[in-house]
Amino acid sequence: MAGDDHDHDHGSELSEMQLRVRALETILTEKGYVDPAALDAIVETYETRIGPRNGARVVAKAWTDPAFKATLLADASQAVRALGHVSRVGDHLIAVENTPKRHNMVVCTLCSCYPWEMLGLPPVWYKSAPYRSRTVKDPRGVLAEFGVTLPKETEIRVWDSTAETRFLVLPMRPPGTEGWSEERLAEIVTRDSMIGTGLPKAEP
Amino acid sequence: MNGVHDMGGMDGFGKVEVELNEPPFHHPWEGRVMAMSRAVGANGGVNIDMQRFSRESLPPAVYLASSYYRKWFLALRQLLLDRKMIGIDEVAAGHSLRPSPPLPRGTFSLQDVGRVTARGSFQREVSASPIFKPGDVVRAKNINPVTHTRLPRYVRGHIGTIERINGSHVFPDSSAQGKGDDPQWLYTVVFSGRELWGAEADPTLNVSVEAFEPYLDPARRQHDDR
Repeated sequence: MAGDDHDHDHGSELSEMQLRVRALETILTEKGYVDPAALDAIVETYETRIGPRNGARVVAKAWTDPAFKATLLADASQAVRALGHVSRVGDHLIAVENTPKRHNMVVCTLCSCYPWEMLGLPPVWYKSAPYRSRTVKDPRGVLAEFGVTLPKETEIRVWDSTAETRFLVLPMRPPGTEGWSEERLAEIVTRDSMIGTGLPKAEP
Repeated sequence: MNGVHDMGGMDGFGKVEVELNEPPFHHPWEGRVMAMSRAVGANGGVNIDMQRFSRESLPPAVYLASSYYRKWFLALRQLLLDRKMIGIDEVAAGHSLRPSPPLPRGTFSLQDVGRVTARGSFQREVSASPIFKPGDVVRAKNINPVTHTRLPRYVRGHIGTIERINGSHVFPDSSAQGKGDDPQWLYTVVFSGRELWGAEADPTLNVSVEAFEPYLDPARRQHDDR
């Protein structure tokens, strides 16, 4: 996290990183490699349209529709495509279900692989050395830092995203949500609960 | 490569720090770096595996001390230099000084944006059948290539079980070197925590990696040898 790029953004002076990045963009634009308007559109998409709401809708539907849940667990790519709210999630999205016996967690020890289409861009902690180094060895210690304590007999299954396969954790539906609509349920599905570092609660 | 990026199981990095209400980007330049990286990839200039290898190849001290998108920027610029898409004199000038080879799919423009905000496909057909099936016991090979690989160090030499076959995909080890897709079967391979970390490990822990077929040898569990 230490970065000399954090110190220069106050006032009107452009930071060293702003200048270096702008120079590279200028070169790529002048060479005809990129159109800046297209870059604007990519940034805008990830800032405003693609986020964990996509995944939350999938989880809420799985909680209320057993047939959808079965499809999701059998072939998550196909199930999500059929919902129609995400244009494409790749061929190999895998949904993994938390149960009283097994808790799933997702990590990428090598870089930052993550289902962007479902959850948005990964948070800094997911990409950080502490999370990447410890999750495969001491997942309960990591969970404790997120305030999550599981029974000691619960199996912890860690999924290391070392290829283009992407994982979505299907958390357990919390008690006290009987009769809730899909929309209301989606509101309590957090990003962290779909990574496995959080648990949804009836009180958001 | 056995770089500092291969962090699974390392100690000493401290606690996970969570930032409440974290924005997608902390500085506008971060979004530009992300978008440029996606754009030159989508239009065929450099592939994702080359970009990952370039990030891994940053000097370890730079890798550890740089923020996430700073790593992306340094790696992207170096990769474009390595592939002669830009020149060091152009970086110094902050402008293009000469024509460069066009991207295979032309300028990345507005109509291409949909292709990078939706996930691409890495599945490729292969003629061979998968060697392994679910339930097979395998040993992750003890390989230590100096080039890109997606077999993390912490599983090498260890025994696991094939859980599922995830189709045949672009092989990153080849693709990162510009040697083409070289598709290989991909498996979910599960290792027990005790197999990976020894007798002191959490007995409830199981860890899986997504392993390509060339990473695996057939094996037997020790108790099968009795």
